[in-house]
Amino acid sequence: MELFLQRLIDGLAVGAIYASLALGLVIIYRSSGLINFAQGEMAMFTTYLAWMLVDNGLSVWLATSAAMVFGFVLGVLVERLLIAQFSGPKESPLAIVIVTIGLFLFFNGLAPWIWGTEGKSFPNLFGTGSVDLGGVTIKVQTLGIVGVLLAEVVLFYLMFQHTKLGLSLRAVASNRESSRLVGLRVGSILAVGWGIAAMVGALSGTFVASRIDLTQNLMQVVLIYAFAAATLGGFDSPVGAVVGGIIIGVVEQMAQYVDLFDGFTLLPVFLLILVVLLVRPQGLFGRAEVSRV
Amino acid sequence: MSLLEVSGLHAAYGPVRVLHGLDFVVDEGEIVVILGANGAGKTTTLRSLSGTIPVDGEVRFDGAPIAGRKPEDIVRLGMAHVPQGRGTFMDLSVDDNLRLGGYTRPVSEVEEDKAHWYEVFPRLAERRDQAAGSMSGGEQQMLAVARALMCRPRLLLCDEPSLGLAPLVVREVFERLAEVNQRSGTAVLLVEQNANLALGIASRAYVLENGSIVMSGSADELSEDEAIRRAYLGM
Repeated sequence: MELFLQRLIDGLAVGAIYASLALGLVIIYRSSGLINFAQGEMAMFTTYLAWMLVDNGLSVWLATSAAMVFGFVLGVLVERLLIAQFSGPKESPLAIVIVTIGLFLFFNGLAPWIWGTEGKSFPNLFGTGSVDLGGVTIKVQTLGIVGVLLAEVVLFYLMFQHTKLGLSLRAVASNRESSRLVGLRVGSILAVGWGIAAMVGALSGTFVASRIDLTQNLMQVVLIYAFAAATLGGFDSPVGAVVGGIIIGVVEQMAQYVDLFDGFTLLPVFLLILVVLLVRPQGLFGRAEVSRV
Repeated sequence: MSLLEVSGLHAAYGPVRVLHGLDFVVDEGEIVVILGANGAGKTTTLRSLSGTIPVDGEVRFDGAPIAGRKPEDIVRLGMAHVPQGRGTFMDLSVDDNLRLGGYTRPVSEVEEDKAHWYEVFPRLAERRDQAAGSMSGGEQQMLAVARALMCRPRLLLCDEPSLGLAPLVVREVFERLAEVNQRSGTAVLLVEQNANLALGIASRAYVLENGSIVMSGSADELSEDEAIRRAYLGM
């Protein structure tokens, strides 16, 4: 039983990390209809920047906050300098897919060129302590990650539903031409969307780096899980990204607990996704088109 | 000086020239209709005024040249465009659609204006939390008009509000447009195929054929005109 709870809570924490990166994917998909394959690599890059700050004696909290600011700036720059240049009405959406894959390779090559290929260790945001809850030992780090994700979700909800920025992000996602007609500066809003996405990505990057060595391949597996999370939850739903991430994290950990899959813990995860998509192709929380003409 | 002065307006989609030098004006507070058949260039005319497509020629709004400016800047000058097909934010709520209409205005005014338009269009008030795309065509057309009016425009461009609506609903939409025009003094430039109803609320009209204005006059004159009656009124 203790082990079960242990695995469950571990699953929540791992899921929270997937969810965080998936949130970034969903924000970009919702506002611009694009999938950013470089989401993970941008997070890896900003995590290196945070690592440099820690290496120079800055506290982990400050370095993580700085990484999020870097992330925001990086996201805005990538959108303005690259993505926007390929987003004209005559450009094929495939061009942007290729651009983001190019970015993936760019950051993946740039990081070892700057920082070398040797793994770095990134300190843990919440220390190494643990608490005892009714016989179950839980790392403070685990609780911290789950707590940060919850805060992230609440902030996102408030931002999307109750601020003018959130409204304009939803508007641009819904109808770009009408957005311009009511006066939205679509370009700037898309850039802010990319900034926010890279910002939450940066946060998930530092979390991953506190669990495994920081190398240029830090986020590759996580990105795949994040894609799975967004697909499961529905690519246009921030709530879906979070729930999808948590489900995947928990199922993966539970598969280790029941030990039926001979180490192939991904198998039940993808079986689950397959079943959900067969029943609900738009994902758990994704919206099927509602319209009457 | 008129509110909107257009002279020598040309527009093209790539190599296809659609407008061949239009001249027309809209005065403060009046309703003007541009009549034309499918493909005459009605939608293109409005799109070139609101900056949605590139244009050649002179467009003056309130005396200032606006040809070549972006839609997001033109709306700030006080010209709102209800595009063809209404341009509803389908998956957003009715309330969010109205808030977006007031995007360029201070928040305090937006709340006030929303309350006002909910009073004018009570059906929208009933459906304020519903996704706009789930409403009927007529309701969506009302929403599109209310959304455009949220920016307190001096000129409202309206692209075929009758399109795809049942005759009774069309009548209601036109009545509402006339009412809004009278109450708020917002000038309206309407492009339509439905000459009957449009001429009923307009003070002046132009007839657009193959990208050129071939006739103009007061709404009364045009509804008496033999050629117009045959071509657009089905008589």
